[in-house]
Amino acid sequence: MLDKNGIARRIAKELKDGYYVNLGIGIPTLVANYIPSGINVVLQSENGLLGIGPFPNDSEVDPDLINAGKQTITMIPGSSLFSSADSFAMIRGGHVDLTVLGAMEVSENGDISNWKVPGKMVKGMGGAMDLVASAKNIIVAMQHKSKDGKSKLLKNCSLPITGLRCVKKIVTELGVFEVLPEGGFMLLERAKGVGIEEIQNSTEGKLKISGSVFEMEE
Amino acid sequence: MSKIISNLEPIVAQVKDGDTLMLGGFGLSGLPEYSIDALLKSGVKNLTCISNNAGVDDFGIGLMLKTRQVKKMISSYVGENAEFERQLLNGELEVELIPQGTLAERIRAGGAGIPAFFTPAGVGTEVAEGKETREFEGKTYLMEHWLRADFSFVKAWKGDAMGNLIYKGTARNFNPMMATAGKIVVAEVEEIVPVGELDPNFVHTPGIYINYLFKGENYEKRIEQRTVSSN
Repeated sequence: MLDKNGIARRIAKELKDGYYVNLGIGIPTLVANYIPSGINVVLQSENGLLGIGPFPNDSEVDPDLINAGKQTITMIPGSSLFSSADSFAMIRGGHVDLTVLGAMEVSENGDISNWKVPGKMVKGMGGAMDLVASAKNIIVAMQHKSKDGKSKLLKNCSLPITGLRCVKKIVTELGVFEVLPEGGFMLLERAKGVGIEEIQNSTEGKLKISGSVFEMEE
Repeated sequence: MSKIISNLEPIVAQVKDGDTLMLGGFGLSGLPEYSIDALLKSGVKNLTCISNNAGVDDFGIGLMLKTRQVKKMISSYVGENAEFERQLLNGELEVELIPQGTLAERIRAGGAGIPAFFTPAGVGTEVAEGKETREFEGKTYLMEHWLRADFSFVKAWKGDAMGNLIYKGTARNFNPMMATAGKIVVAEVEEIVPVGELDPNFVHTPGIYINYLFKGENYEKRIEQRTVSSN
């Protein structure tokens, strides 16, 4: 079974040299720690930066330099700064190669819910709806089940929708899943020590399995 | 022609109860701190505030919530604010939540004289309720309208007497669009430089949009999530 860092490490393997990538808050942010050597990617922050660098040391902290999660950051050489309108123009215009974000639910046709729980204080969707409506490639990083044990890979989302038919791939602690164009979660890989039956029992939506499924080595 | 003012109060005194304001900033970065302070002192009420966030309890627009000067917030994300939550749950505050890119573009459209545009963001969600949709090349888009304000308060890094501005880092965020979409636009800066010193190649906001320029001293620049590397 993968921990949060394991999920992030697995997603990092999807990165390709030259990618422009937007990482959401939470597990997605951890992906930046596992970018494979020899691969250069440029991280986008939707408030208005291409080229997020590591977190600063104490003397480098700059209140005028934060990421979309409002954390203090640094910039890599070759960064560029722009307004939030320009930032979402590059998102909406399909110029960002990969978006990684968290979710509360994903349906078997790729719908995603991740911004609102009825009965709970609504904080807002931030940039999530813009990102999922336009991204060419969306990978969701999330736990397979909710805290009360309910599957988050569903036939239909039960929570308010963030975007329709947009998720391409999901990485959970149990495995890697592709959302098929015709609907259904294709099991691509399972985490080390996780059996297909456990994945089946944890997945409410249609799970598709083809042949023997690759088991991750770590 | 100098747009420089040494006191914000006479300008802020022109803001009327019920006006719509735009306030720059993302989180606590790039906030017009001195304008917010002047608005607090003015006591003007029933404001509709367009700003990506609503500050925190004791900084930014959070301060104007505490004094009950805000009737409605138009934002994309309003977390991290207990007083905001209390007023919202008690029905004392109206909130319109807008996807962040749509918010940015609606403001940009307001400044650019474009009354409406189509975006894919929010299609199939509750954001789309009651809005016109249209299909272009097989994909559905949502019609969104421009946003304009009676006053815009923005924060830049450097400015000159002609109102030309440059911003620093990610404190730019919503400030450039808001600077174009207010009937009256007040820019506050950390430094005023002589006209001619800003390289025209690197001006972010041309002075045409700015009515008044104010220099603030010792910005607090509160950090919401101070995050440092472990090594």
